[in-house]
Amino acid sequence: MDPSRRAPRAVIDPVPKIRQVGFFAPPESSQSGPLDPTHSSPPISNSLSPVMIPPPRHLSDNLLLHDPRPAASPLSSASAVAAAGSGNSFDSADFFPAPLSPAMPSSSYSSRIATGGASDGGYFKGNGAGGKLAASSFPRGGFDLTAMKAASLVPASELTTVSVVNDSLGIPEKEKGNKTGGSAVEVKDQPNSSKQQKPKPKTSKAERRALQEAQRAAKAAEKGEGSKASGTAASTNPKPAKAVKPAQKVDNAAIAASEKKGGEIPPEKDRKKDAPQPRLQYDDKSRVEKAKRRAVVKQTEARNRVELFRHLPQYERGSQLPDLEAKFFHLSPVHPLVYKVGLQYLTGDISGGNARCIAMLQAFQEAIKDYKVPPEKTLVRDLTAKIGSYVSFLIECRPLSISMGNAIRFLKSRIAKLPLTLSESEAKASLESDIECFISEKIILANKVIVKHAVTKIRDGDVLLTFGSSSAVEMILLHAHELGRQFRVVVVDSRPKLRGQLLLRRLVENGLSCTYTHINAVSYIMHEVTRVFLGASAVLSNGTVYSRVGTACVAMVAHAFRVPVIVCCEAYKFHERVQLDSICSNELGNPDVISNVLGREDVKHLDGWANIENLQLLNLVYDATPSDYVSMIVTDYGMVPPTSVPVIVREYGREQVWI
Amino acid sequence: MENQKASAYYENRAVQFGVVSTDWLAQAQSATVHSPPHNNDDDEEIPFSVISEFDRWRKHPDLAEAVAAIRALAAVIRSSKASTMMQLEIQLKNASDTLKCWDTTSISLTAACDLFMRYVTRTSALEYEDFNSAKSRLLERAEKFGEISFKARKIIAMLSQDFIFDGCTILVHGFSRVVLQILKLAAQNNKLFRVFCTEGRPDRTGLRLSNELAKLDVPVKLVIDSAVAYTMDEVDMVFVGADGVVESGGIINMMGTYQISLVAKSMSKPVYVAAESYKFARLYPLDQKDLAPALRPVDFGVPIPSKVEVECSARDYTPPQYLTLLFTDLGVLTPSVVSDELIQLYL
Repeated sequence: MDPSRRAPRAVIDPVPKIRQVGFFAPPESSQSGPLDPTHSSPPISNSLSPVMIPPPRHLSDNLLLHDPRPAASPLSSASAVAAAGSGNSFDSADFFPAPLSPAMPSSSYSSRIATGGASDGGYFKGNGAGGKLAASSFPRGGFDLTAMKAASLVPASELTTVSVVNDSLGIPEKEKGNKTGGSAVEVKDQPNSSKQQKPKPKTSKAERRALQEAQRAAKAAEKGEGSKASGTAASTNPKPAKAVKPAQKVDNAAIAASEKKGGEIPPEKDRKKDAPQPRLQYDDKSRVEKAKRRAVVKQTEARNRVELFRHLPQYERGSQLPDLEAKFFHLSPVHPLVYKVGLQYLTGDISGGNARCIAMLQAFQEAIKDYKVPPEKTLVRDLTAKIGSYVSFLIECRPLSISMGNAIRFLKSRIAKLPLTLSESEAKASLESDIECFISEKIILANKVIVKHAVTKIRDGDVLLTFGSSSAVEMILLHAHELGRQFRVVVVDSRPKLRGQLLLRRLVENGLSCTYTHINAVSYIMHEVTRVFLGASAVLSNGTVYSRVGTACVAMVAHAFRVPVIVCCEAYKFHERVQLDSICSNELGNPDVISNVLGREDVKHLDGWANIENLQLLNLVYDATPSDYVSMIVTDYGMVPPTSVPVIVREYGREQVWI
Repeated sequence: MENQKASAYYENRAVQFGVVSTDWLAQAQSATVHSPPHNNDDDEEIPFSVISEFDRWRKHPDLAEAVAAIRALAAVIRSSKASTMMQLEIQLKNASDTLKCWDTTSISLTAACDLFMRYVTRTSALEYEDFNSAKSRLLERAEKFGEISFKARKIIAMLSQDFIFDGCTILVHGFSRVVLQILKLAAQNNKLFRVFCTEGRPDRTGLRLSNELAKLDVPVKLVIDSAVAYTMDEVDMVFVGADGVVESGGIINMMGTYQISLVAKSMSKPVYVAAESYKFARLYPLDQKDLAPALRPVDFGVPIPSKVEVECSARDYTPPQYLTLLFTDLGVLTPSVVSDELIQLYL
């Protein structure tokens, strides 16, 4: 049975090789005719030109093949070529990882052919061809012969590698090609020795490798489909690298790896782990579609979006709230309190970093209280997943602030650290107390410490300027007033939210002397200001203050007038991210609110703006203030310069771990 | 003349620098009148012992005021009769507060006491060992801190030698023993440099420094305070000491430092600050008026009409953007690192 099976495969596979060899061999000029239409495309002709070098070695191989055979066969020349072809295909089986990326030059004869095919017809074809070649190598029993052939091919492959690099790769990629060629050659040397030592285990490993290659081919096919979308192309590039590395690991496990190889792999792993998960870019349509299908809230894409901010999510308002209200009494995976908080985010009833964070944590606290572990599930895993779904819902209502992100990270780390020996009620009680501690220590007590520090900077006769409405700044002003300091407050406000009016009302009720102005007059009033107090949504690692839009403008004007700018921010709002502008990360508000003027019904020039194609309204929520314009950051760890934010982030992170 | 009461800060400096002025003589005479109230302090043992120990160390000519305070606090631990760790901590805190109240305007004194308390009490020995072992460990750390502080000046002098090159001209303001030690070591290393001393009115600190440098055969030029901008062309670097280093990275020093730094900044000359690490204070001034005033009398030589107001502040605050480097016993630091050091120590 075996010889009969071997015969048809041998006949089928070497057909292209017969043609190619015949094409370049002068004695068999009769076969050159049919080869022309097959190789009419330029890349194949370019890749085939290096083939002129190997023929002399192939002739010597044929001579070697002839001698061991005891009996002469009628198809002696055909079988000799078939043996050579199958030997090459076996080599390609060993070095299959190379063809996975077309840019990499192949190190063996048949692999090069496969690569050419892949670049010509498509990625999937190349992988399929590789798989076939690998499968056809199994019936071969002559391992020694193959090893000898592989050894003889080494210098030829080096030459072909160099020539292939010169022909098909551009200058920037030349280094990459050389490196790959070198590593491929190194990999080739290893299996030779192991093959000679252990022929039988090699077979079983070869079978396992075939299975892995088949799986990899299937994955590559899926990736091939994904590459059609232009947005996904960037994310596809890292994936082939992942596929290649497991193969290298397997090889290293089978073979004693050299020190260099052992040293190279761990840094790559570390780099993978350190790389953060990319945020969803909303100009990537395929991913947006996927996210939409999983969304709880029915969102409608806004029209007339600003081109520069297309990567940020923006939805039409008005249709979300009725849908959510209608669904409130339906069976939903979201806890009713979390649902309620989401609605309040959507309507804007709860705004501000601290208020949103406290509301979210309290809702989570109630959800944990009502939570019960499903049968056959672990509390740690299931609760983490549930919290994740709640967070996704809240993100759909309104994107998270950095303070909320830090709080969620804290909560998830607490859940992950719960001892498995705790009972369900004990675990829940522990989590509830952790949340309570977070709220009281990191938010409420931190605010008190900030007030105590900042009040020392207020003296009699001061004129303090604040922008918008910040709970920390409000507490500072009220406390300074209680201490009997004589000062005046300038409240700077800006459309469309006019939050400063609420702050102004509360300050006047407490007896403070106030001046109210809009942000366009800030340069006029700044000359009589002695201090500027600002709140912040977040402080980033390079000292950038991320706060409501307009804060950077006020800080820059104050800096120009040499007025100290004091930013009051709790330490739990610090983040290790670095951000240089307000574009790559921001939140888009409702454009309709800036097309109307509050209290002026007659001003309606922008009605129906969405129908005008060349008009877009942009309502940004945040901006980023560079650290140069900030004199001091008051936090619960004291008064620090912006350059010391990384130290606090590091100490703060360590402290969280210690708790 | 106004009969303004001079702050203890100025009194200490006058005593240490040996500068004799007419006001000082008047105060010396009035001090004899106040000698009877000191007898009442003898009744209280702890405050008296701390202050007397501090005075004893302070009389040492080369010992800084802050180091004297550290030594005095170490003596409190040594002579304490407390039987529990809590009692010892309370006594130590009371002694520290007593020392700080002795001169509320001295930043280095307050900073040294705070750092000492932090350094000594931040040890795991407080929780695990019995009282006697814990007390001896505290004493060991206290004396180690004193030793570190005492050696700070030598370390700073050695670190600063890389910045003094042959043929350079150095402008010095104020009399700082650290700066004097730096220049002395440079002279001993056979470096050829020239020193410009500001006059330093009204304390005339420049005269004292120029005397010290003349003994070392260092070429010295004495310039009046208003001639700083005029001579800045010839200057290669500015050396100043510091009464205190604040959390923003700026320094508090003798009046005139800020002015000189502004001139140096505009003419692109580096300003180097030589300060021991025990002068790092958790203060964050935003402008000159943010500090508690340290007043001193100003002698203009002629009577001043009573209607004329005289600025009597003795020191100013220099923001960090005008300083190039700080030479400390922790190393050569940029001003932005000061806050990092303070955060790591106090958190």
